[in-house]
Amino acid sequence: MAVSDASLAPAHARAVTWLTTRHHWRWAEALPWLIAIAAYFVFPDRMTFGSQVLIMVLFALSLDLILGYAGIVTLGQAAFFGLGAYTVGLLSARLGYGEPISGLFAAAAVAAVAGFLSGLVLLRYRGLALLVLTLSTTILLQEVGNLFKDFTGGYDGIPGITIWPLFGVFDYDLYGHTNYIYCGVVLFVLFYVVRRIVYSPFGEALAGIRENVNRMHAIGSPVRWRLVIVYTIAAAISGVSGALFTQTNAYATLGVFDFDRSAGVMIILILGGTGRLYGAFAGGVIYMLLEDYLSKASPEFWQFGIGFVLVLVVLFARRGLFGLVEDFGGRLRKPKP
Amino acid sequence: MTAALEIRGLHKSFGALAVTRDVNLTLERGARHALIGPNGAGKTTLVNLITGVLQPSAGHVLLEGEDITRLPQARRTRRGIARTFQINQLFRGLTVLENVYLAVAERTGACNQLWRPAGAERAVIEEALAHLDSLRLADDALRLVRELPYGRLRLVEIAIALALRPKVLLLDEPAAGVPSSESHLILDVIAGLDPDIAILIIEHDMDVVFRVAKRITVLVQGAVLTDGTPAEIVADERVRAVYLGEEAHHG
Repeated sequence: MAVSDASLAPAHARAVTWLTTRHHWRWAEALPWLIAIAAYFVFPDRMTFGSQVLIMVLFALSLDLILGYAGIVTLGQAAFFGLGAYTVGLLSARLGYGEPISGLFAAAAVAAVAGFLSGLVLLRYRGLALLVLTLSTTILLQEVGNLFKDFTGGYDGIPGITIWPLFGVFDYDLYGHTNYIYCGVVLFVLFYVVRRIVYSPFGEALAGIRENVNRMHAIGSPVRWRLVIVYTIAAAISGVSGALFTQTNAYATLGVFDFDRSAGVMIILILGGTGRLYGAFAGGVIYMLLEDYLSKASPEFWQFGIGFVLVLVVLFARRGLFGLVEDFGGRLRKPKP
Repeated sequence: MTAALEIRGLHKSFGALAVTRDVNLTLERGARHALIGPNGAGKTTLVNLITGVLQPSAGHVLLEGEDITRLPQARRTRRGIARTFQINQLFRGLTVLENVYLAVAERTGACNQLWRPAGAERAVIEEALAHLDSLRLADDALRLVRELPYGRLRLVEIAIALALRPKVLLLDEPAAGVPSSESHLILDVIAGLDPDIAILIIEHDMDVVFRVAKRITVLVQGAVLTDGTPAEIVADERVRAVYLGEEAHHG
């Protein structure tokens, strides 16, 4: 089988080229990052909102890893977001420790442990059973937080969170410029990690589990271990997004565990498109802009607007808005005969 | 010499319904063994018991002398039992190349790799392509499985099983539903398989059975009616009555 590339038949060469180059960076992939940088200069006074968008994109990215790639449908991702948020909040409020970067690592570790342990039990189930179990786990965590409200602050929030300046140097300005750059860099680093994973053989196995779990068993794949590992990684990333939420707002209540958050992040993925990395970006930005605009236009009925857009997407763009972009791009490249 | 696969007193019942009754079967290394029987005889159930999809109510499955009755399906596969499915079980949204790549990569342990790109596993890619070549699927390597015609899908089924480099290969109606213009390709592939692999083939098409098998076991209502060489089976009056007769009816 030691055939050199040159002597391979054309079909072989095409196949090898496709598989060995598909993880290469495309020029178009620079676009979302250029937009994020441009936003910094065009809307300098909206950077607090911008940080929240980046945090939601990161949170959605963590869900995409398990929903879009491994096909695990969960309504409990807010559990890990909340654990990350509370790790950072309690470290500061109860222990007086507010260093941001190590706070992220602590949040990731706590969420990862929770993801690993709950994953060991919950990932025996699939479909509706898993949906309900992940949802109830999140509610249980929220109620535990409420039970110990002297310690957690309950629904009133953790009082007295102070986050130290980044690297001891960059303090947080009123307009959130520091936070925006901070969130952007963290998002990029974790996006890079997720991108490595989805293009790895492990990522390929996740796609196999999504496409046909029976066949994965029949080719000897340790399916449950693969799922527990990816669930743990996704939990850690959710934990980081929750930690960023607390750090940028200097504030967190038990509301971070709300069902709305788990459902909202799934809506983001459906809007943007699952299993395609950048779907989280498209969906996250559109969802946050819609929420921001609609909740100002109609504080009572803004969710109607989101719901309406969701219905349109599900009816006319089943693969999400990012799928539409792909179709459009494909049509430009391949004009109809 | 220990047999490649040995089944001892295998029994499976769902409540009061016994679907497998005291089945004994031995596949020597390199065996070419057919399992035939009328619809509902429990042929696929037997494959599911051997591969670990189902747990038997009683009895043992031995692979090269080792009891694997309690091992889960994936562990049995890693020890050397591969199968194809009567109804295609493929990764429909992935390319043909990825389907076979996955089987090779799970076998070699490459799938434990989270950081290096899948494309960096050159040995896995080369082997996957070699399997596609041997089944004349190389030209379809980059097509999505769901876009392929049915006959080709049956070949992908076999390619995945072969990529596991099995000691025992269970073929569950590999040519079912394939037009005769393409089924000869599947037959050629089976005829050309490594002579060391023990093969158990379930098939309704008697031409296929007689061409492939050196021994035949006849299963009726979950129990072994008889076994023997193809010539003995053809000559057996009871087999004619329950099986060949029925076939003649259909045909």
